[in-house]
Amino acid sequence: MFDLDLWREIFQSINKNRTRSLLSGFTIAFAILLFTILFGIANGLQNTFKDAFVDDAKNRIAIYTGRTTKAHNGLQAGRRIRLKNEDFDYIEEEYDDKIQFLTARIYRNVQASYKNETNTYDLRAVHPDHQFLEKTLITDGRYINENDLKNKTKVAVIGRLVEEDLFIKTDPIGQYINLSGVQYKVVGVFRDDGGDNEERKIYMPVTTAQMIYGNNDYINEINIGYNPNLDYDQAIGFGSQLRKDLKKRFNVAKDDQRAIRIMNMAEATKSVDGMMVGLGIIILVIGFGTLIAGVVGISNIMIFIVKERTKEIGIRKALGASPKSIVSIILIEAILITAIAGYIGLLIGFGVLKAVSPVLEDYFIKNPGVSNGLVIGATMTLIIAGAIAGYIPAKRASRIKPIIALRTD
Amino acid sequence: MLKINALHKSYKIGDSSLHVLKGIDLSVEEGEMVAIMGSSGSGKSTLLNIIGMLDVADTGEYILDGLPIDNLTEKKAAVYRNKFLGFIFQSFNLINYKNALENVALPLYYQGLNRKKRQELGMFHLEKVGLADWSDHLPKELSGGQKQRVAIARALAANPKLLLADEPTGALDTKTSYEIMEFIQQLNDEGKTILMVTHEEDIANMCKRIVRLRDGVIMEDKKVTQVRASAHV
Repeated sequence: MFDLDLWREIFQSINKNRTRSLLSGFTIAFAILLFTILFGIANGLQNTFKDAFVDDAKNRIAIYTGRTTKAHNGLQAGRRIRLKNEDFDYIEEEYDDKIQFLTARIYRNVQASYKNETNTYDLRAVHPDHQFLEKTLITDGRYINENDLKNKTKVAVIGRLVEEDLFIKTDPIGQYINLSGVQYKVVGVFRDDGGDNEERKIYMPVTTAQMIYGNNDYINEINIGYNPNLDYDQAIGFGSQLRKDLKKRFNVAKDDQRAIRIMNMAEATKSVDGMMVGLGIIILVIGFGTLIAGVVGISNIMIFIVKERTKEIGIRKALGASPKSIVSIILIEAILITAIAGYIGLLIGFGVLKAVSPVLEDYFIKNPGVSNGLVIGATMTLIIAGAIAGYIPAKRASRIKPIIALRTD
Repeated sequence: MLKINALHKSYKIGDSSLHVLKGIDLSVEEGEMVAIMGSSGSGKSTLLNIIGMLDVADTGEYILDGLPIDNLTEKKAAVYRNKFLGFIFQSFNLINYKNALENVALPLYYQGLNRKKRQELGMFHLEKVGLADWSDHLPKELSGGQKQRVAIARALAANPKLLLADEPTGALDTKTSYEIMEFIQQLNDEGKTILMVTHEEDIANMCKRIVRLRDGVIMEDKKVTQVRASAHV
């Protein structure tokens, strides 16, 4: 039920007691402002951490090889260990249920030219799964596929910057690019969040590379995306198992650190996730702290307001105001001020975050901001807290004997 | 109009209790103008507050216009105060952020009248106290006498059966006091029942009856010949 007269009374009270209204509003606006800014900055910090790992899949395990450093089983130290297709097949068969993605990698450095433009680029010969492990985003055409592998087709997928360098005003799809003397058909263009360096790469099928560069079955590196259903400990266990098995397979000493190396993202991700949890707790503490400060502020204001209005309450009661009308007039005023001031604090907070956002980027705080839902939730909490904090003094005020209220000056 | 029997009231002060009213019997007829006198501490203000339902008695009977006033809940007291009683205070007790008209109209708000009606009635009563031109002034822009007249207009606004005045001239100079008394006498002439607490003899003599209290009992209750305030102005 909308009572126009009640609202008129409340607006008059707010309007005619401007200092009081502004002061209490300021406290609340300030609490919400602090909340927004602190929360925003903390969120920005979290965004930075998240972004640091956005380039590659979080479940990546990379296998590299080098030379042995220890003699083992009658074999000398200094022996070169090289991965081959059979090792790739072995991993695929042996660990099928623990693997989501699997790809080999062969590195080459190539001289690429199209018409009169020439430049050197890193070449990666890969399996189709590589797209998901590296989070390659195809913007045009397609990636390497199974057909390419089977037929050893001479196709290439080029990075955005390769396109920019070589294909001036030409659509590269379907054009032939010359890589160190061999012509390849460009079938796709990609983007990568990993930065410029990642976008100056060229991909081709691993089988094609093996045929053309040496006609062998060597592989530089094997990348695995472990099954995302594995938890961190299981994934770390998988990595250790892999290390052990491969060392055995290549006749390498157990404590040889160089011959076979395994980089498991699960280990890094686990510690980063731990850090994120820590950060989350800090954010929660900050949020709760500010909110509690705000709530305490509101309670104080309410007690002050009721004290200041004691005489007025006495007069109103002498004139026939019911206890209910006293409670509602004080409470609604408090809620109204809290809501409006909270909203203003929110807007200022958003503004400040937006203004300082570019500066903060230098301090590893990316995209500071808070979700609308969160801030509305915070404001609602303050309003409810204001109502509860206001209700007790308002109730007490309504119980004041008018005679006592009238005596106070 | 008003009947009080064996009224007792005591206040707790720490561990001991102060017996303020020790069995008051009082009856006031319609159209009377009664002054309640007594030194400070005699219980005169307490008696007025109980009559005004601003305070409750410990024991005793209080009947207002045939209606027994007991077991008062806050809500019921609010309704009775609004319907039956008009208050005039020594310190005026106007709401400082409301203008004269809004102050006068406030009891009508609590009667649930609509805004238009409140404005109309408020203006009517302001006119009656001669302050129609001052309706949009805040209390701080009015003189003491004007403030008291606004307060009287407010007390009259709800058309109460009984007008209660607690030292209505206590904060005013003699000349203004007499002007206010002249006005109150005029209201009485029109038939309003008025009960007034005062400690000034000249003001009491402008009433029709004087009740003297000492130490919580009525010492003397006599009718007097009313001195018209207009004679002094």
